[in-house]
Parts: sequence; C-alpha cells; structure tokens
Amino acid sequence: MSNPTDTDSGTGAVHPQPGDRITGAQALIRALELEGTEVIFGYPGGCILPAYDPLLDSSIRHVLVRHEQGAGHMAEGYAHTSGKPGVTMVTSGPAATNLVTPLMDAYMDSVPMVAITGQVGTAAIGSDAFQECDTVGITRSCTKHNELVMTADDLPMAVRQAFHIATTGRPGPTLVDVPKDVLQNQMTWHWPSDDEVLASLPGYRPNMKGHPRMVKEAAKMILQAERPVIYAGGGILKARAAEALAELVELTNIHVVTTLMARGAFPDSHELNLGMPGMHGNATAVTSMQKSDLLIALGSRFDDRITGKVDAFAPDAKVIHVDIDPAEQGKVRKPDVPIVGDCKLVIEDIVAEIKALLDKGATQADTSAWKSKISGWQEQFPMMYEPSEPGSALKPQFCIEQLRDAAPAGTIVASGVGQHQMYASQYWHFEEPYTWVNSGGLGTMGFSIPAAIGAKAANPDACVWAVDGDGCFQMTAQELVTATLENLPIKVALLNNSYLGMVRQWQEMFYDERYSEVFLDSAAVPDFVMWAESMGCVGIRVESPEEAAPAIEKANTINDRPVVIEFRTEAAEGVFPMVPAGQSNDDIILHPTQHDRKDALQ
Amino acid sequence: MTVHNNPGPLGTQTGPPVNHHILSVLVQNRPGVLARVAGLFARRGYNIFSLAVAPAEDEGQSRITIVVDVDSAPLEQIVKQLFKLIDVIKISELDPRRSVERELLIATVKAPADIRSEIQSLVDIFEAKIIAVSADVLTVSLEGHPDKLDDFEDLLDGYGIVELQRTGRVALPKLDRGVRLRALSTNPNHQTGKAG
Repeated sequence: MSNPTDTDSGTGAVHPQPGDRITGAQALIRALELEGTEVIFGYPGGCILPAYDPLLDSSIRHVLVRHEQGAGHMAEGYAHTSGKPGVTMVTSGPAATNLVTPLMDAYMDSVPMVAITGQVGTAAIGSDAFQECDTVGITRSCTKHNELVMTADDLPMAVRQAFHIATTGRPGPTLVDVPKDVLQNQMTWHWPSDDEVLASLPGYRPNMKGHPRMVKEAAKMILQAERPVIYAGGGILKARAAEALAELVELTNIHVVTTLMARGAFPDSHELNLGMPGMHGNATAVTSMQKSDLLIALGSRFDDRITGKVDAFAPDAKVIHVDIDPAEQGKVRKPDVPIVGDCKLVIEDIVAEIKALLDKGATQADTSAWKSKISGWQEQFPMMYEPSEPGSALKPQFCIEQLRDAAPAGTIVASGVGQHQMYASQYWHFEEPYTWVNSGGLGTMGFSIPAAIGAKAANPDACVWAVDGDGCFQMTAQELVTATLENLPIKVALLNNSYLGMVRQWQEMFYDERYSEVFLDSAAVPDFVMWAESMGCVGIRVESPEEAAPAIEKANTINDRPVVIEFRTEAAEGVFPMVPAGQSNDDIILHPTQHDRKDALQ
Repeated sequence: MTVHNNPGPLGTQTGPPVNHHILSVLVQNRPGVLARVAGLFARRGYNIFSLAVAPAEDEGQSRITIVVDVDSAPLEQIVKQLFKLIDVIKISELDPRRSVERELLIATVKAPADIRSEIQSLVDIFEAKIIAVSADVLTVSLEGHPDKLDDFEDLLDGYGIVELQRTGRVALPKLDRGVRLRALSTNPNHQTGKAG
C-alpha cells in the first residue's frame, strides 16, 4: 500500500485552503476529517488504493477488518452506541457487494452510516473491467441515498451530502462511489457551506416539529384513555428521546413496552416498563397492547413481529403514531392521530400540552382497573424457564442471567440473530439507552461480533459482550482477529447448542419435529476454544452450571484481549412465549408450565 | 377525486380504467433518477400504467408523469414512498378533470389499395397524419388526449395494426381554472415533510 514506487503514492494528508490544488484522494480524506470521522472500518484494494495513502497521515483511526461485511457491521455498532455516523471504506467490485448485507441491515434498522467504495476509472465504467460492479445500482435499494462521483471537484459536496442525509430525518446508510481516477485527479479545494448543502438537496427537508393540532389531539386522547400503552420503538433511541419518554411516563403513569429495537430506551427496573412485546415478547407486554384502548406509538413501525396478524392486532385501540418518516404513517395500521416529526421534539410538545391541559383543570381518566389487570398478568405470567437438571446441559437463559448479574454497569450487549438474541433481549436488564445492539429488521446472522467490535471502538472503556450462537459465530468469527490486533477486546458469550436453534424450534413446533438441515454438530466441530485462541483470544468452555460464574468472572477481568466463553447449552430448549408467524397475538403460546392458565390473559 | 372516467364512444380497452391516478413528479435531473423511481415501484410492488420523462422548465430538473395503478397500493403510500427519494422535489396529483393531458401515437396499419381511402378518411376525421406510405401499409401519427388516441387505435385495429407505439401521457394543470394541482406535500392531513 505504501510502496514508494507506486504511482498512487505521494499524496499525503493535507489541510487545504480554499482554492488549493490537491488530489481527489486528499480531498476525500480531508472531507471525512471535517465531518468529524474518528474511525474508519475498512479494507483496501485496487480502486480505493489512492485514498489509503493520505489516510496514513490523517488523524482518522483505521480499523483493518478481515471481511468487508465485518466493516459494515462494525460501523453500525459504532454508530448505534455513539450516536455518530459509522464510516466504512472499501474497494470496488466484491468489496462493494460484501457491503450489501450491512447496508441493508442499517437501512432496515435506520442506522446512520456512510460507506465509501472505490470504483474502476471513469473511462472503464460499463466495460466489465476487473473488479467492476454497478455499486450504485446494486445498493440503490439498500441505502437511503447513494452517488457515483464523476469528478474530483464534486467529492467534498458528495461527502457532505452523504453525512447530512445519513444523520438527519430518519437516519440510514448512504454510499459514495468514487472511481479511481477521481481519487487521483487534481481538484480545487472547496468546502461547501451548510447552506450550499441544503440548496443542493431541494427535495430533502425532513420535518422535525409535529403538527400543533395533532399534538393537541394526542394530549387530549392520552388523558382520556382508560387502557393506554406506550409502544416505544427504536426511533426513541435514534432521536435521543429517552429522557423525553421518561418524562412522559412519569407525568402520565402509562405503561411502556420497549420493542426489540428499543430495549434500553426506558429502564427495565421501572415498574411501568412491561418489557418486550412481539413474537417472543412476554405475555403481559403482548396482551396489554392487544387489550389497550390507546396505543401511543413512538418511533415504532408496527412491524409484523410486533403486530402478528395485523387485522387482529389491538382491535379496540386508537392509535397515536409519532414517526419522522411520513411513509410509516398508515403503512400498516391507520393512525387516529398521525404526527410526523422528531420523536424527542414531539414527545416534549405532547408533555407540554398535557401539562397545559392539567393546569386548565383537565383530569386524567381512571386507569386503576387497567393497572390492576396488568399487575395480575405480571404475577401470573412472569418470564420463566425450567432450570437444568443436575448433570444435564446448561439452559441458555441461565447463561444470560449469569452474564447479566456479573456485568459491570454500562455494559453493552450486542447480539446475533436467533434464539440467543431473544434470550438476551428477554433476560438481560437494560437500564440505559444504547447498551443493546442487534439486527432487528434484517435479522442478520453473524451481526454480533463485528457490531460489538464497533461498539468497543466507540466505547473503549465499556465492557462489551457479544451474545452469539454457534451458527452466527461461524459466519463472522474471523473478525475476532481484528479485535485482537486492533486492541478492541470484546467478550463473546457463545451459546452452543449444536443447532440452528430458532429454525430447529420452528421445525419442532410446525413441521412435526422433522429436523431438516439444522444440526450443525458444533459440539464436535469446530473446537471453539482452540479457534478463539488461534485468533489471539482467551477461550473458555463451560459445560455445567457451576462453571458458569467463575468463567464469567475470569472473562470480566481480562481487558487486554478478547475472550470467548463457549457455553454448551440444551438443544431442546425453546423460546417462549411465542406468537406463531401470521397468527393473532391472542393466540400466544405460553411456556408449557403456564399454558393451563392462559384464560387469565382475557 | 381523480376518478378517471373514460367514456370513449368505442370503449376504453387500452385507456386507463378508473383506478389510475396521474402523478406529476418533479425530480432533480441526475444520473439514475429514473432508475430510482422505477426501482421503488418495482420493489414496493406498485404498478405503473404509463410513464413519460423529459426535462422540465427549470434547468437541472425533470418532470416524470406517471399513471399509477392504485389497485396495487394506496395512492397515499405510493406518494409518501416516492417522496422519500432524495432526488424527488415535488409530487402533484393531477385531477384529469382539471388538467390537460396529451399523448402521441404512431402506428403502422395494413392498407391495401381497396381500403386505403377508408383509412385516409379516418385519418382526416381524427386530424391525424400519414407520415409514411408503402404499397401495403401506412404509418400514421396522432397527438391528442389519450382518450382520443384510444378511439383512434380501436378503429385502426379493425384494419389490422402491424406495429404500434404510444408515448404514455404527459399532463399539466389547466390554466383557466387556476393551478388546481393538489400538491400532496402541502396537504396538512398528509403532514408534509420529506422523511428520510
């Protein structure tokens, strides 16, 4: 990369003044610096090579990954836990296609992320050149916006637009595709002003402030509701609205459900937090939404994993829907009060409006009957599992509880996708926002390790646990090499049940226990402890309950390299409660030991 | 609004049935903008009945006239999703009763000597043009309201159409009743604003 005979070299980082002649590569790196980029997760290659030279002299830290997908998920983990856009830079062709999964993941979960991809020279575009692909075409449907930059003079504006679009409105991933000659060519430095950026995007004006009439209507409706539930989604976190949410809850004493994307947006220890709703939500959270007369949806999007069968979802509820994306209004459920705006600003306005109404003598409807109904459900249907018999395999829920109880305050948990993800969301106690990172919309297996590394890069002093499964681990484990060499010592709790557990559970429940291609045999191969150690991690295997706490304690004291604890867990364990896909939330399947009292949920 | 009655004397087989709406979409004229619009329709499962694109009055902007099939999705959702595209500046829903619509048709039709004069008179009635002639066929063109084109096409079909090309409609609001275009983006019920 820094070969002195390379014709691409000799373009070190600069702090150009307006009018200075510099290369496109220098302009790109300077633009990233000026946008506040602290870390780039990336991987060099042919077409992006010119940009890697000025990077050598830049203040930006580069984390050299082992696969471009890892770079993308790291940028997501970094972005979600820091609130700053995650930045990834890779080359053209296969590197760009390897970014497609994290781009789509970030698009589904509204994660602000800026991807820079190399492209073949402008003269070669369309000629099927080596490592050429139609990156902007391929990523059009998995980015909020993307651009192919055809001249070096356009680079600063393209970067400014990419950051602006990624971080404002409903956040999301953007991509800037830069041909190699555009990086090599000279350009005249110019840093566009905010006004110039806005003027260049006449069709992009996110609406921040909620409509006053709708806010008034919402406030009135909230005070009148007898069975209200706040349905808090990931938008609360994107809008940095956790404090505003807490104020609304304290003012109105209304129960909150926190979706998979919103875990941590409201403290689990708060008596009004009902926990996670949805397909694997707890019975009280699911049923309270179902029976409510008012759903106050804040930054949530009525995902099919929440609603179950849409026609049967919360049939008696009126809906207040606050979302910054107008297209979410009425996409799934028609709201009675649609409010387009930033969650934080809108909640603050609603709080102010409710206070004004109360000052004028309005009173809140009596919700005591509803509250006692909810506490009755909570008493009868707590989250539970049966502890393992002595000598038999560990229960995954037990492992999560052990990790949770030993975790220092402020611990960040990143999860993969599957049963372990649900156990982590169900059994962890999230007390602070931005301590839970997971792939909600896309459901990307292999997300946890790179996402945890990105979170660690943003929060070097925090304890970061990746909760993973044996299927997920084998998709992205090589990034533990990155973690070791880049001194990003995350900890991995690998729940190894030898199966693709969630698929196995569906085959058990819905395919007559006909298990098809779900047995990974990962108690036999690979040897996760040896694998972890070969990547520079400490590897620990836990096979019985009494080994768990000491292993976790040991892991928590190691801070100079990553740790992998492999927990050998029970394969037949299932995630409960469960609303089978496409069915009504009324048809929730409880834990087998609770099922005989299901009628009490009515 | 915008129930598109299409009462042609000879039926409206090729014209848009009632559940079509006309959207006039002003976009930044940038590479790939048509692909963005078309890709959105494809991936969201919306059907396009016809589409016409050309530069608009302001330099750097184009106008895309889309006739959409609202049986495939609610119009409101289509408009909102379109509006999420960064390059989309403005979307207007054009009420056919309050807009001028034009389309161009060219067709090559069988015209043996014994019936050539019949076709000639049809062309005259519709104020169409004959733009190419050969021994057995004629190529004719007609510009006008899409309904008129539908009628002309139906009549030509009786003689045997060899090849046909229509441009898809373009439309602007009528001037005599003011600019009565309904800009969905400024409707308070739709809560303006581009999202992201």
